[in-house]
Amino acid sequence: MAEPANNLSVFPGPEDVLRRELPNGIVVLARANLFSPSVAVSGYLPAGSIFDRDEKLGTADFTASCLKRGTRTRSFQQIHQQLESIGAGLGFSGGTHSAEFTGRSLAEDLPMLLSLLADTLRFPVFPARQVERHRASVLTSLDFQWQDSQDRAGMAFDELVYPAHPYGRPDEGYRDTVKRIRRRDLLQFHRKHYGPKGMVISIIGGIDPEKAVSLVEAALGEWRNPQQAAPPDLPEWQPLRQREDRRIPMEGKSQADLVIGTAGPPRSSDDFIPAAVGNQILGNFGMMGRLGEKLREEAGLAYYVYSGLGTSVGPGAWFAAAGVAPKDVDQAIEIILSEIQRFVTEPVSFEELADVQANLIGSQPLHLESNLGVASLLLHLERHQLGLDYMQGYADLINSVTPEMILSSASHYLQVDRLAVVAAGRLEQDSPREEGGGD
Amino acid sequence: MNEGFIRKTLENGLLVSLKEIRTAPIASAWMWYRVGSRNEIPGITGASHWVEHMQFKGTAAYPNGVLDRAISRLGGYWNAMTHLDWTTYFSTMPAEHIDLILKLEADRLHGSLFTEEHVASERTVIISERQGHENNPGFLLGEAVQAAAFRVHSYHHHVIGDMTDLERLTREDLYYHYQTHYQPGNAVLAVAGAFEPESMLEKIEELFGRIPGHELPVFSGREEPLRVGEYRIEMEGPGDSTFIDLVYPAPRGADEDFFPYLVLDSLLTGASNLNLFGGGISNKTSRLYQALVEREIAVSVSGGIQVTIDPFLYQISITIHPGRKVSEAVQALEEEVERLKSEPPPDTELERAVKQARALFAYGSESISFQAFWLGFAEMFDTYDWFETYLDRLAAVTPEDVQRVAQEYLVRQQRVLGVFRPYDREAAHG
Repeated sequence: MAEPANNLSVFPGPEDVLRRELPNGIVVLARANLFSPSVAVSGYLPAGSIFDRDEKLGTADFTASCLKRGTRTRSFQQIHQQLESIGAGLGFSGGTHSAEFTGRSLAEDLPMLLSLLADTLRFPVFPARQVERHRASVLTSLDFQWQDSQDRAGMAFDELVYPAHPYGRPDEGYRDTVKRIRRRDLLQFHRKHYGPKGMVISIIGGIDPEKAVSLVEAALGEWRNPQQAAPPDLPEWQPLRQREDRRIPMEGKSQADLVIGTAGPPRSSDDFIPAAVGNQILGNFGMMGRLGEKLREEAGLAYYVYSGLGTSVGPGAWFAAAGVAPKDVDQAIEIILSEIQRFVTEPVSFEELADVQANLIGSQPLHLESNLGVASLLLHLERHQLGLDYMQGYADLINSVTPEMILSSASHYLQVDRLAVVAAGRLEQDSPREEGGGD
Repeated sequence: MNEGFIRKTLENGLLVSLKEIRTAPIASAWMWYRVGSRNEIPGITGASHWVEHMQFKGTAAYPNGVLDRAISRLGGYWNAMTHLDWTTYFSTMPAEHIDLILKLEADRLHGSLFTEEHVASERTVIISERQGHENNPGFLLGEAVQAAAFRVHSYHHHVIGDMTDLERLTREDLYYHYQTHYQPGNAVLAVAGAFEPESMLEKIEELFGRIPGHELPVFSGREEPLRVGEYRIEMEGPGDSTFIDLVYPAPRGADEDFFPYLVLDSLLTGASNLNLFGGGISNKTSRLYQALVEREIAVSVSGGIQVTIDPFLYQISITIHPGRKVSEAVQALEEEVERLKSEPPPDTELERAVKQARALFAYGSESISFQAFWLGFAEMFDTYDWFETYLDRLAAVTPEDVQRVAQEYLVRQQRVLGVFRPYDREAAHG
């Protein structure tokens, strides 16, 4: 009564993805979804916070966020009038390695969307009034983050795990550093770091791929920037030498948020796939894996608990997170640490592994339902040089992981006596208090 | 009726709605019950949401944990949501495995166990969920504003429930709530995806047709009376930013005023995405953004309405610009409201609202889960016809309709203004 799943044509591959490198270096990836009346456009260029100086941290993010504040030929009002009048969206954000953009529109409006993308990427003028308006918005957003116990725990975790490393700094900066950013910093950042080299754009939806490529070529093919700087190398990450605890008491809160972990393998490492499969067992599969079973199901201590593994050029965070009542903080930390200890000392069972392998392989069609889902996948393949045929070999790749590979990867990265352990929010009166640094 | 679409009520009252879509080899099933926080009285607030948690704790046929594992192994995902008017259980799976979900939904419609042990462990989990919400001052203000807006109607309390009830609700309370509301005649099963509808209907009749229905619960809710004047709530807490949560009355989803109100919302605060999928559209050209953010009285403004059985709220959230006052924001807002009441909006603004709605629907329609969601969701407050005629009815709204709705609903005496102010501007950080 149903169509077979895992039909390979569901997955994007070399036969239906058009990949074209323009003469100026921009890589275009396009795939048609003829069922869709709309298009998703997303991409990145190497203009992330990795270029930011500490004293003006947030410049990359500020620059990206201000691209739509006005160009040589369009005011803030005109840009948004054009976008909103057709129900389209276009957003920019700053990451550590790149500035990223995401847009969407009805398929018929793609030329206008690309024209706006090109204009905002190439010719932003950062009007002084608009820069101040944006600064007020960023400072307010940082205020809200400062009052958010999950954000505070996450920021403290990054600082502990990645001291003197770009991954330890919040891309959006701190209040003090954002206040120091001047309009000329934005202009300079744009001049030095925005350009076609290293830019990738992915277009998916109700559009012929050749047509999509020619539209990108028309909008961005002429772009050149001889001043565009190459990204610096990431500094080597230094593992923690001991367990690092930080407790951040916050007023007006009802519970505490925990983040426990360290850095995991980079995406390019052979350890990554075993770690990613193992991480599903630790804190994802079903109702949040082993951690969910122990902390939520058996102990009833937390509504949310899970583990995450960053997918990064460098060593992304590998962590467990949970929200618990103040009186349960120590018990929850103990349970999480003992599960991590089990994870790094005993191989996972074949049954657990088979469950997770089946889930990872079987769920792929669900992730590729939306145009944006496919666009994100193609960007991921390009960024990490995985090849357009990656999805065709995905099942074999996942099925090749063994319990020993997971154990080897996990025990290499997660050493229980060398983890960062952070709790932020409402804490018990007698908890050891150690207000974290920050800005 | 459309090809590939079946809508049929079984003898026991279960409404089945099926739609064949073959854009991907997947299927999405949504089991809806007409029960939410609206059906709760003080003492059992939070019961609908708690029952939703218990529905994942197993039946005799499918003990706790068995299905979780089975569904995940098959590459599917499942979850549930409880809202004001409804509770829904959804799963999206590779299409050939959707039978598993149907069997489960049939089974837990009447066979969930609700063991004392599971009630006890979920109590602490749900209290933790509420405490997580309480960590956010926006939740605390929103809860207080909603409670003030509904003194009498059961929309008074938040879906999560009051802490005092979460501490004292018993297994018997929860099981009674479950038995009362979980009945075929109080439910809608919506399935969309890569299947043949006639054979899917046969399968569903076989699984669900023999489940007996009882007398349906009668909603004994009370109508919210008009207020004699505006309510104001002042809340203080740690932080640096002042924000406000302002609500006006809004019509119920099936009301003919709902569509002009959607256009009004779009004009004032930007298009609301009524879907649970795919995000919204920016609102930089909306009237309140122009009046508040462009004039640097606020750093952000957003707003929206929800589709509900009974009249609910149009909620506007504003974060005040540092150095500006709440009173300036309220005054600027009132000026815009007055403008809308005194002048019908130009056609171009209405055209933009319609185009935005069309685009939002186009984005959502990529997803089979979205299609299945609307098959059932529209039945909670009206019928599926509401969804199918949505864009046409929106396009038929006139400037005079919008003006009339503004005059009728955006009434100062009937609104609630909640303000959150930081009580200590010095202590936070440097």
